[in-house]
Amino acid sequence: MTTILILAVLILVAIAIWQMTKIFELSQLKTENAQVANDSDNKTQGYLLFAFLIFIYGITIFSFWKYSKVLLPDAASEHGSEYDSLMVVSMVIIFITQTLTQALLHYFGYKYRGEKGKKALFYADNDRLEFIWTIIPVIVLAGLILWGLYTWTNIMDVNDDDDPLIVELYGQQFGWTARYGGEDNVLGQANVRMIDINNANVLGLDESDTYAADDIIVKELHLPVGRKVNFKIRSQDVLHSAYMPHFRAQMNAVPGMITEFSYTPITTTEEMRQNPDVVDKVKRTNEIRAERAANGEDNSDPWEFDYILLCNKICGKSHYNMQMRIIVESQEEYDAWIAGQKTFAETVTPSEGEAQPAFNTTEGASAGL
Amino acid sequence: MSVTAHAHVDEHAHDDHAHHHKQTFITKYIFSQDHKMISKQYLITGLIMGFVGIAMSLLFRIQLAWPGESNILFETFLGKWAPEGVMDADVYLALVTIHGTIMVFFVLTAGLSGTFSNLLIPLQIGARDMASGFLNMISYWLFFISSVVMISSLFVEAGPAAAGWTVYPPLSALPMAQSGSGMGMTLWLVSMAIFIASSLMGSLNYIVTVINLRTKGMSMTRLPLSIWAFFVTAIIGVVSFPVLLSAALLLIMDRSFGTSFFLSDIFIQGEVLHYQGGSPVLYEHLFWFLGHPEVYIVILPAMGIVSEVLAVNARKPIFGYRAMVASILAIAFLSTIVWGHHMFISGMNPFLGSVFTFTTLLIAIPSAVKAFNWITTLWKGNLQLNPAMLFSIGFVSTFITGGLTGIILGDSTLDINVHDTYFVVAHFHLVMGISALYGLFAGVYHWFPKMFEGKMLNKNLGYVHFWVTAVCAYGVFFPMHFVGMAGVPRRYYQNTAFPMFDELTDVQVLMTVFALTAGLVQLVFVYNFVHSIFYGKQGGKNPWKATTLEWTTETKHIHGNWEGDIPEVHRWAYDYSKVDENGEYIIAGQDYVPQTVPLQEEEEELNH
Repeated sequence: MTTILILAVLILVAIAIWQMTKIFELSQLKTENAQVANDSDNKTQGYLLFAFLIFIYGITIFSFWKYSKVLLPDAASEHGSEYDSLMVVSMVIIFITQTLTQALLHYFGYKYRGEKGKKALFYADNDRLEFIWTIIPVIVLAGLILWGLYTWTNIMDVNDDDDPLIVELYGQQFGWTARYGGEDNVLGQANVRMIDINNANVLGLDESDTYAADDIIVKELHLPVGRKVNFKIRSQDVLHSAYMPHFRAQMNAVPGMITEFSYTPITTTEEMRQNPDVVDKVKRTNEIRAERAANGEDNSDPWEFDYILLCNKICGKSHYNMQMRIIVESQEEYDAWIAGQKTFAETVTPSEGEAQPAFNTTEGASAGL
Repeated sequence: MSVTAHAHVDEHAHDDHAHHHKQTFITKYIFSQDHKMISKQYLITGLIMGFVGIAMSLLFRIQLAWPGESNILFETFLGKWAPEGVMDADVYLALVTIHGTIMVFFVLTAGLSGTFSNLLIPLQIGARDMASGFLNMISYWLFFISSVVMISSLFVEAGPAAAGWTVYPPLSALPMAQSGSGMGMTLWLVSMAIFIASSLMGSLNYIVTVINLRTKGMSMTRLPLSIWAFFVTAIIGVVSFPVLLSAALLLIMDRSFGTSFFLSDIFIQGEVLHYQGGSPVLYEHLFWFLGHPEVYIVILPAMGIVSEVLAVNARKPIFGYRAMVASILAIAFLSTIVWGHHMFISGMNPFLGSVFTFTTLLIAIPSAVKAFNWITTLWKGNLQLNPAMLFSIGFVSTFITGGLTGIILGDSTLDINVHDTYFVVAHFHLVMGISALYGLFAGVYHWFPKMFEGKMLNKNLGYVHFWVTAVCAYGVFFPMHFVGMAGVPRRYYQNTAFPMFDELTDVQVLMTVFALTAGLVQLVFVYNFVHSIFYGKQGGKNPWKATTLEWTTETKHIHGNWEGDIPEVHRWAYDYSKVDENGEYIIAGQDYVPQTVPLQEEEEELNH
């Protein structure tokens, strides 16, 4: 079906090109130098420039009308709303500038299209004008810079105030693992040199470090709503990037160092599933999936919204499928969940017959091991 | 005036040369030291590489629109990497990587700057040739060799480099992390090292030529803006390319000699590697110290070409010549201190992020000044809407559209959530990819008669080429911003692993259809180009009625450019539609005054 569609489009485009050439040719008077634009070319092209302005506006409006709904829902983190306001203000400034400058550019192209005998205005300089359009960007940008830097400093200030939950995000080809500090909320020392697959010490924890014993290693990230989380991000092999778009959060995972990011989740997964935008999105997505199911295609199971952690730094063959589910829940639900997880001490020397540690595994997560 | 004396001596030497030596086929067409021939060699090599690069983008666009579907094109072009016609995930990354490398370095650096710096610097400043024709020849042939090495890496057993065009280690350093990081990456690095050598030789030559070989009367403030742009581009190249060479060398060391410049604490495929103490962030700093100036190396020559073409076809002087030169210099300076905006979330100190946000948003100011000045250049003009002019107007349009989103990406806060998403891809394709290609096309349409002895490209095919390309460029990259803001990461082989991206398949199909159309219409250009080389209509000595020196040469190419003495320059390059106090043109019946015409009685030279 799509092949036929594409063929049809291509044929139509070819016909259009042929017709356009014809029109241009017919609209030309014989002149001395046929390959230089003459008055009738200028006229046609001038009108086309104006039409192109309408096209630019058209595709802008079309994209907003058609694609606004695919954008991310409201931010699910405390700093996210600040991020979103800055984004909206920047976007408004951008669209005003875009609309005006494109209008001037293409309108001038149309309005001042050449005619034989017309005199152009010799206009080489105007210090005042140039001062104006230097100073306006200076002022606008100064405002954006100040606001941006203020927000940036706040977001990137990873500190231990307000008793944050400490969580390690560990990237490897091609999966994520999370580690909680456990009872003491302190992560045990770790280094990839201490990885011992046979003893199920997959994250390279220092077994002699007393802080490590109660650490909890999981394949699904659970966060209590309203509590600040300090992420310590580590990589086992190549660069990865811990990207949590719903929380407006991202930080690279760099082998050889521990990077940090911090945010406070404010919306539980359940609440986000009730968000009207998300409800609509899930509905639309499941319609697509139902259609796939009808055609017997893959990826057709109904979908329920979940926060997700993606890898956003090229890391190899399965980069496109390196993910971990994030669940934001109430403190009680979180407490219940974490109480059900085994600690590192319990998993590190597995008993006979239990070769795998007891944390949740997801598909493809252990591909690199 | 030592410059003048020098020019005269030089001129005699060249005359002798031209009269006494017969050119053979090899010295004329292959190992030529003539800047005009070298520029054609650069252009044609660049266009062929561009063809490869664009074809690759079409292949991966098809994969993105119809993920995992079998396609006869994949089977034909990818062979064993597309079992049963389904593209392999590794080869997807390889295509993306080589597409980026080819387009940025081989097409938009060498193909654009190499072609037009070589063609225009001697012709527009009134020189017989480059300062060193020999170095110039070496520069081209090194470029050619690096192109061959890059293309040959496509045929390596384990596949070409596939770590993204930025080739960040450890992915690019460890063959066990990715199959393309073996022989393919070695060839990539070798090719780039040769490329850098070529670029440096070219750049040094351009700088020396502009400084020393300007003809009598051609002061720096009388230079056309194209020359200013090429000159400053060459300076940025000399400053920043060596740093990329150091990054490449250190990476080669890490890969082949066991050093740990960029690697530390790595456990892969069941074993700990010995690397200790290096940092991938160091590589990122070195890479982007070139990588960011590189985008200005790409865009500045396009800006220069566009400024020139706009003025000629608007029949008006470029507005604010001094401001244009100042903003070129400001952009060049700032371009070397903004590289960190590619690394806001790389793990470097957030305070550095603040500094780079500041410098990055500063660079928007000279860019805005340039855009406003171009628009004002059109105001009250007598616009001759030739294909080159349309491409120039298109350049300003895409430069604005793409440049504005830079305000978002340059802001460290906002970058957090759109970093490495399709938003970035949309941004840089519009602002430096499409814009620079428009600059390249504007240059080709405008100076084709200068390159091919008076022959002109067909304008109607040019119009078709422009309009279809212009519509498709927006059709591909405008909706792409939304894909990015929906959170879709770049360099994903397919988005099917995330149900949240399901509803974006429609957009992907739309973008791919536009991309395929745009790719196909480039064939119109190829036909026009090849056909016109042989059968193009003669346009005469000065088809666009331009003031600059290159149009004072005869259409027939001679070694040394001018038959007799080198012309002397008496005015700046932009005396279009200049009138005396009675409102009459300076030269009756002619709306332009060539730079070679002395100031008329009572005519004032502008204090620019």
